[in-house]
Amino acid sequence: MIGLRPGARPPLPEAAPAPGRGATRMPSQALRAATLRRRVQMLALVLVLGAGALVARAFDLQVVRKSFYQEQGEARFLRELVIPVSRGTITDRNGEPLAVSTPVESIWAHPAELLTARTRLPDLARVLGTDAKDLESRLEERVGREFYFLKRHLSPDQAAEVLALGLPGINTLREYRRFYPSGEITAHVLGTTNTDDRGHEGLELAFDDWLTGKPGAKRVIKDRLGHVVEDVELVRESQPGRDLRLSIDRRVQYLAYRELKAAMAENGASSGSMVILDVPTGEVLAMVNWPSYNPNARAGGEISARRNRAVTDLIEPGSVAKAFTVAAALESGKFKAETLIDTNPGTFEVAGHLVRDVRNHGVVDLTGLLQESSNVGAAKLALQLSNEHLYDIFHRFGFGQTTGSGFPGEAAGVLAPPKSWGILAKVTASYGYGFSGTPLQIAQAYAAVANGGRLRAPTFVAGAPGRDNALLDPGIARAVLGMLESVVTAHGTAPKAAVANYRVAGKTGTSRKAVAGGYQSRYVSVFAGAVPASQPRLVGVVVIDDPRGKVYYGGLVAAPVFGKVMPGALRLLNVAPDRLEVQYAGVPQPEPPALDDMPVEAESVEPFADAGATP
Amino acid sequence: MKARPVLVLGVLALLATGSAIAEVYARHQGRQLFMELTRVEAERDELNVEYGRLKLEQATWAEANRVEQIARNDLGMGFPTARDSVVVHR
Repeated sequence: MIGLRPGARPPLPEAAPAPGRGATRMPSQALRAATLRRRVQMLALVLVLGAGALVARAFDLQVVRKSFYQEQGEARFLRELVIPVSRGTITDRNGEPLAVSTPVESIWAHPAELLTARTRLPDLARVLGTDAKDLESRLEERVGREFYFLKRHLSPDQAAEVLALGLPGINTLREYRRFYPSGEITAHVLGTTNTDDRGHEGLELAFDDWLTGKPGAKRVIKDRLGHVVEDVELVRESQPGRDLRLSIDRRVQYLAYRELKAAMAENGASSGSMVILDVPTGEVLAMVNWPSYNPNARAGGEISARRNRAVTDLIEPGSVAKAFTVAAALESGKFKAETLIDTNPGTFEVAGHLVRDVRNHGVVDLTGLLQESSNVGAAKLALQLSNEHLYDIFHRFGFGQTTGSGFPGEAAGVLAPPKSWGILAKVTASYGYGFSGTPLQIAQAYAAVANGGRLRAPTFVAGAPGRDNALLDPGIARAVLGMLESVVTAHGTAPKAAVANYRVAGKTGTSRKAVAGGYQSRYVSVFAGAVPASQPRLVGVVVIDDPRGKVYYGGLVAAPVFGKVMPGALRLLNVAPDRLEVQYAGVPQPEPPALDDMPVEAESVEPFADAGATP
Repeated sequence: MKARPVLVLGVLALLATGSAIAEVYARHQGRQLFMELTRVEAERDELNVEYGRLKLEQATWAEANRVEQIARNDLGMGFPTARDSVVVHR
């Protein structure tokens, strides 16, 4: 390609006659005309060449190298901007907000440009609340870059203050920050997001894709300093994050947290959890843990306080498992509800180990076995059952496998295959030792009993019930539930779980904590119950770990939490009472006896008498 | 014979000019509308932001613990006991 170089002079016409030549000596008309013609021709040629050069150059720019120049031009002023989107709101089942994203401003700088105003850096440092020297060195380190966050997540007022300084190279970027109005009460269930507003833990992580929107993009014209001069076109439409309605009821959640926290203080326990399930749907109405943390404060707090113990921590269920042992016994056909079992003399030797009750319960039927929580009774049932059958009942009720709730980090628990069970393993399993589960698993299992033997996977999303599997004969489920009602009476182990005007079926458990090499004298107190027993609506599980007070039995530590939370929960959810001795309009009612005066039976807690032995 | 192509050419030239003007106009309008869209979207975002803040504020005021404290301490309220409640049959 020929180009017209700037500054190149057009060649001089050679036609200019030189003085002293023949042409000047003999000027004639014809010669003059010929010279003129040549000059005109030369001029025309030059003009044509010049025009040709221009056309060629124009062709080169407009057609041949068009895309290159267009790109270069656009790169200098056209910018694609991200249109930020907010993360969806998480609400409770009634639409009360539990996690809301609200915009904040982040300040970023073009380091090299900002450093041109070096003398004013102290002002900036003061507004940002940082050290001026530190700020300067940070900027110098990044002088080759174009983008550096000075400070993220300022309130709009603070951001305006920074901009008001009028420093070069400073810009704001709108970002979103997550706020949790319920704070520590819902902290574990919701989890947290990271600085980029992506799910990090808990349900925020589990439903991250649902909650996160798709940021859009638009093309804008920017000037040299990075200010948007004009919006040009929309490249991609933004899609805001979708909202998520949880099955959690904020009010029930609060009640559960309040009572759990109070019980923690009262018993000097190290941690605790409570789970409340809606029996017909498997929805998680409340899930609280203590210790908790403030999700609105990004840093600080102990890591262990952030764990959602209700789904991550495994405990040996202890006596709570006896309900399933009894269900297996009824299923086997070898036992009926009225079958009498001789637990005399309160101890029972199996394979060289002593199974022991707290006291001698004498001859009991299956109801009495559950009511008094007899280890000896459960052991005698187990001896009549096959390894496979006992394993199968626990396995069917969800032990040893995750619940399918989808909660990140959910533990499956340990349930060894029956082939590996010796006789001792079978016997200890019958009263809840040698396998483990989470509080949520225990709640799920009790909900299955309460739901007529149909297990529904727990869910955290409102209106999305999980699958439902029949795993126990409805008649047996009802029978077991009836027996469990005897536990929550003055003669059972958990009178403190009673709820005025409602029938409660439940089971206490107190298990010694397993450590390497055996069991220590630390305990986990458990209560699992269903209410109203005639047609269960709620199942609640309370687990209190390592109570250090005078008492550690599940009936004294965990059951009262159930008894305090459920009246409020039933009232909030409008569940009709089913125990109508307490009566009709206008009739004065006798005050129910003060619970504190009731006799409370101690229950069996030891895996074996010689607790140091390995199971 | 000769007038015809000239006429056709003239009409085509006119059409081309018209289309060019229409194109310019459409672009101009597109830009105007896009600016309007951006403005309205910004307004929507501001309103959404405001709404989010208000929701957050409401949720903070309605925090169960705070409500309970006020109900119990300032207003002297309490949960109805079994004695206070009556069962109404329909």
